[in-house]
Amino acid sequence: MTALVTRKLEKRFLGVHAVDHVDIACKDGSITALVGPNGSGKTTLINTITGILPMDGGEIRVGERTLTRVRPTDAAGLGIARTFQNTRLIGQMSVLDNILLALTERSVWRALFERQGQSHLDAAEAVLRRVGLSEKRHANAEELSYGQRKLLEIARALSMRSRIYFFDEPFAGLFPEMRKVVAEILRELRAGGAAVVLVEHDMDLIRDLADFCYVLDSGKVIAEGTPEQVLKEPHVIEAYLGK
Amino acid sequence: MDYAVHILTMIAITGIAAVSLNLLIGETGLVSVAQAAFAGIGAYGMTLLMLHAGIPFLAAALFSALIAGAIALIIGAIFLSLREVYYVFGTVGLNMIVWAILLNWDSLTRGPLGIPGITRPEVLGISFADNTAFLILCAVVLLAVFAAHYAIMKSNFGRVLHAVREDEEAIAVLGYKTEVYKIVIFVISAALVAFSGSLYATYLSYINPSAFTVNDSIFILAIVILGGLGSAYGAIVGTCMLVGAFEALRFIGFPASIAGDMRQVFYGLILILFMLYLPRGLFGKFRI
Repeated sequence: MTALVTRKLEKRFLGVHAVDHVDIACKDGSITALVGPNGSGKTTLINTITGILPMDGGEIRVGERTLTRVRPTDAAGLGIARTFQNTRLIGQMSVLDNILLALTERSVWRALFERQGQSHLDAAEAVLRRVGLSEKRHANAEELSYGQRKLLEIARALSMRSRIYFFDEPFAGLFPEMRKVVAEILRELRAGGAAVVLVEHDMDLIRDLADFCYVLDSGKVIAEGTPEQVLKEPHVIEAYLGK
Repeated sequence: MDYAVHILTMIAITGIAAVSLNLLIGETGLVSVAQAAFAGIGAYGMTLLMLHAGIPFLAAALFSALIAGAIALIIGAIFLSLREVYYVFGTVGLNMIVWAILLNWDSLTRGPLGIPGITRPEVLGISFADNTAFLILCAVVLLAVFAAHYAIMKSNFGRVLHAVREDEEAIAVLGYKTEVYKIVIFVISAALVAFSGSLYATYLSYINPSAFTVNDSIFILAIVILGGLGSAYGAIVGTCMLVGAFEALRFIGFPASIAGDMRQVFYGLILILFMLYLPRGLFGKFRI
């Protein structure tokens, strides 16, 4: 079943189309890759879908809902979790608290009169173990290395227990062992029925992980299909390598 | 002895305002220059209720804190779209409007003449007419506000406030309606500082608008910054420092004609030195 669809989605900056009438579809239980050279609009597309940037045209369909306006706060309600290309953790907050933010009650009144329960702490510990950050639980996020911050943001997204996940270059800055862990996490999410959208430059990883692939260039989708199909296409190779 | 009790009482009352402001600026990153306005609403509200409606102190003070909270709710919703320096100037404007109303609504506030004859409170049958007893009352309220600050910041709500201070958009993506959190803490802070205004009014037995100006809000802001953002303890130490230091200047022996101006110079000098050499303040977790 299709979890998320965009129809003619647009985002312009001073008349320049950063996202130019983009149509993509992400299915439950699959990994969809967004590839393309730097500046091709991958991150802008994710930011537009998740409401970080207001869309200038088109629509987004999530499940049965069709939206022409998404605010950042809507994303979680739509069942969307995400990471950022440049991590956006709460730096002066502990690793554990960063995770608890994703786990605890959103309602103001309950938040005001409650502290996190043992179930929240157990869930946070479990997800931190999963990404190998248990020992750092009391460190401030800003004290972590770049790779560890990436892992923490992935852990925070996992804690959202969403239907749709956007991972913006999650492998950047990770050691090989941790790349394996993240790849495993993505496969587990797929096996659990989630729709995973992955922005990545490493073509070997794309071939290994992705079920479907959209290639973007200058804000447009220039190719789509399985990784094996699209990465052979001459205009994709040209867009990537400038040949 | 009486003088020491007076200074400690002023420290306790100002400390309540400072701790309540720390919830806004220190914990949430909302720089408000309107604390004196809400203190004024509390002070005048309580006074009018006591003198004209015959409502006892505690009920009058709580009701005026609710009024301040209700006004903060409306203002907070209006200020939602304001960011950073625009928010700061919005709060400055609010303080100026409240001050102008207190000054010019003669039929209600007696304008610049102020309102005399405010009696000391009696709470649950205990009279606080005596200065020492009143100091104990203020200290108890300060402790309660300190405890409330602690409880808020240890709650899930407090965690969200911290996150809002650092990256409101990132926390919104997690599904938090950050604007509601900001309004609620604005309301809580306004209600707390309004209560300090009520204590101030009943302590001095007289109020006039000159005690609730933008300058007074800046004074409270300076206390929080010098004490250290994000530290309720720092807010109290900052209060002791600024209120205490001002009083200490009385004993330096400046000629009476320049003593007031020298206090302002001293105040400015402290601010400059802290910004240069200790921008996090004494116990601050964060910079502005």
